[in-house]
Amino acid sequence: MIALIMFLLLYFGKNFGMSSNLRTFCTICGAGKSNEFFNFDWKTQQWNLMVSAGAIIGGALAAHFLSTDSSVAIHPDTITKLQDLNINSAGVSYLPEELFSMQALMQPKVLLILSIGGFLVGFGARYAGGCTSGHAISGLSNLQLVSLYAVIGFFIGGLFMNHLLLPYIL
Amino acid sequence: MFKSEAASWFRIYEMFQFNSFHMYGIIGSALAIGVLMIQIIKRYKIKSAYGEPIVIPDKAMSFSRYAYGGIIFGLGWGLAGACPGPIFTLIGAGFYPILVVLVFAILGTWVYGLIAKKLPH
Repeated sequence: MIALIMFLLLYFGKNFGMSSNLRTFCTICGAGKSNEFFNFDWKTQQWNLMVSAGAIIGGALAAHFLSTDSSVAIHPDTITKLQDLNINSAGVSYLPEELFSMQALMQPKVLLILSIGGFLVGFGARYAGGCTSGHAISGLSNLQLVSLYAVIGFFIGGLFMNHLLLPYIL
Repeated sequence: MFKSEAASWFRIYEMFQFNSFHMYGIIGSALAIGVLMIQIIKRYKIKSAYGEPIVIPDKAMSFSRYAYGGIIFGLGWGLAGACPGPIFTLIGAGFYPILVVLVFAILGTWVYGLIAKKLPH
């Protein structure tokens, strides 16, 4: 499926990458005036915007009409490990309720986790010139060596967070 | 994206714990088909829908920007458990706290744009 969308975008003369949309939003909001990095014709990016709009619609359809049970059957060892970190919704819900429920959002710590996480994703994706879709799928598909550097970087960052920082954060 | 569970924080966490093949299967299969497809496009010089040759721009050659940017992205990925694609899926699915992640991801992109020239690339 993911590869099919990439083919369609290439076929219509576009490139596939989700994080480009973040830059596009900045431009639509007028960031082009303050900085040349955002000064491009955002209409050239409309197909990637369409993919993200499609992802929203797809998410809505899948969650409301195609799923009776959206719990995620992760590995039992992972569930135990998360329970040790006080994430008790592991294996029961789609996202950890401790982080993604409206009640949790009231806690400054959770708000901070989501904000910092989001900021790092946005900043890092643009610095690296792509995210999971742009590098791990589009870039590696085109056998780009630099995409391999980026993906290795993703995993260094992700593993460091997962194993060394998360246990203290959660 | 929703049904494959690639949008789930749990799956990302599990991936970094190396406890399941799930995420590697999703990325790996998309990659395998992708490599094949691009090789076919290049080999047979398939034209786009507008009759122009398909040109995939090579990513700019550099090491530091991909390494530093990648690590920063990875830290965020591991923390928020969402990369830019699934953020949109989760909004659609009605997990509204993810909007916080989206707003800050846009902010992060904007800050990068502001200081890009000062960073090693």
